[in-house]
Amino acid sequence: MDWECVIGLEIHAQLATKSKIFSGASTAYGAEPNTQACAVDLGLPGVLPVLNREVVRMAAKFGLAIGAHVAERSVFARKNYFYPDLPKGYQISQYELPVVEGGHLDIELEDGETRRIGVTRAHLEEDAGKSLHEDFHGMTGVDLNRAGTPLLEIVSEPELCSAREAVAYMKKMHSLVRYLEICDGNMQEGSFRCDANVSVRPKGQKEFGTRAELKNLNSFRFVERAIDFEIERQIAVIEGGGEVVQETRLYDADKGETRPMRSKEEANDYRYFPDPDLLPVELDRGFVEEVRKTLPELPGEKMERFVTHYGLSRYDAGALTASREMGDFYEAVVKASDGDPKLAANWVMGDLSAFLNKHGKEITESPVSAEMLGGMLKRIVDNTISGKIAKDVFEAMWNGEGDADTVIESKGLKQITDTGAIEGIIEQVIADNPKQVEQYRAGKDKVMGFFVGQVMKASKGKANPQQVNELLKAKLG
Amino acid sequence: MALDRDDVENIAHLARLAISDEDIPEYATNLSRIMELVEQMNAVDTADVVPMAHPLEMSQRLRDDEVTETDQRSEFQKNAPATEAGLYLVPKVIE
Repeated sequence: MDWECVIGLEIHAQLATKSKIFSGASTAYGAEPNTQACAVDLGLPGVLPVLNREVVRMAAKFGLAIGAHVAERSVFARKNYFYPDLPKGYQISQYELPVVEGGHLDIELEDGETRRIGVTRAHLEEDAGKSLHEDFHGMTGVDLNRAGTPLLEIVSEPELCSAREAVAYMKKMHSLVRYLEICDGNMQEGSFRCDANVSVRPKGQKEFGTRAELKNLNSFRFVERAIDFEIERQIAVIEGGGEVVQETRLYDADKGETRPMRSKEEANDYRYFPDPDLLPVELDRGFVEEVRKTLPELPGEKMERFVTHYGLSRYDAGALTASREMGDFYEAVVKASDGDPKLAANWVMGDLSAFLNKHGKEITESPVSAEMLGGMLKRIVDNTISGKIAKDVFEAMWNGEGDADTVIESKGLKQITDTGAIEGIIEQVIADNPKQVEQYRAGKDKVMGFFVGQVMKASKGKANPQQVNELLKAKLG
Repeated sequence: MALDRDDVENIAHLARLAISDEDIPEYATNLSRIMELVEQMNAVDTADVVPMAHPLEMSQRLRDDEVTETDQRSEFQKNAPATEAGLYLVPKVIE
């Protein structure tokens, strides 16, 4: 039987505020345990939550960026369950009236197609603390620094059809929240994480199959592997005559499998109700319009502009706009190089990206600045150096030997374009290789390559290749 | 809607309330009466009524995004039954 899968993602993006969603405690990562957990975060009796304006502004910004409805009125609710890293016994979240409703995200698939994925809703909530299960004399240690950190939970429609699509959606969302500067996107620190609802059904069937919720997917690679594993598992269960159980499963990265999680709360009976400690949040249109003015150029818009303005392919434009920093760097290179956007694109995506990968650096940490790279490209365009020599110049710049002009000067890499000088080298090469000259003149065109190589070698790679070709043909002709 | 013994035990467990066996019938009766009241309210046509999220006719005040709290861990941990290395210790939750 042919099967198809249905996937929906719940992405938790930690909002990049200075203080928590309902208290004035710091959200800085990596502090000593419980030094950033105040009375509100600890759920001590008598405290009241007060909502952080910035959190609401960021949620509205996100809603506008995905073409969603930013609710005039949204309500916080209590999600009740008991766990030691949740001191109040409930998580403040949003249930019936979330701050963002509807919206969509367009993802690019590998075959070049674009698919529009619906976003059901995005709601605000507080994060829980962290339980440490190492041995504290048979007890569990609890660090509540993270408790009360603002999260935006972004829920997609069940419209993703493969693990690859799910990853494409997650990457696009990751890029978007960073463009919007509402989340730092740091997955190692848990600032951007994801749960996946996965089910399978016979191809063509309308009803959804029973779904499993996969948790603990904190990298793009894990999302893909966990979903692929889960699809295979569910198909095997059904084909083996069994039934898929609705449950929460944990992805084990070491074993590359998903397995049932010990239940946190029986049957997920959260008994939501409106939180009496918080009044409804009312956003007037003026507030929303003010937020709209702060929207930056979004990834999709930037990509379209790169295609039309710089004449790049959609693939190149997509790669160069994957992050805001990358797009900014590229544009600075084009500006500094006085043109040839295609050449700039090749260098940013080619040699520069390769060096960054090799040294584990972000583009913002590149020792070769956009101005330096642009300056070097200028020297390629005006024929001072060849593309091949440029690779040596680039490496020297990377190693801190100065800008392109300094490196070209100090290493004597200036291209030889003087016809007389090149002719001199050619004459010497011809004189040294009478046998090959004979072969060429006898009709063996392939020997040309040998001559070009010899001339380039004799000029230490500095002779202008086009001129070498032309002059050689004339001399040997 | 009448609640039976199992419902009462389930609700008590979800709320982590220890209740004595002999009190269960009374809880079942009282809770069932509350449910009857809810059913009575459910019967009213509220199609044109905006659901009330809070009895106060006000909207939420927002505060500026500023860190105003200082570290008071040592004070808070005086009230905790067990702490170690800055952590609050609780009975083990994963076996």
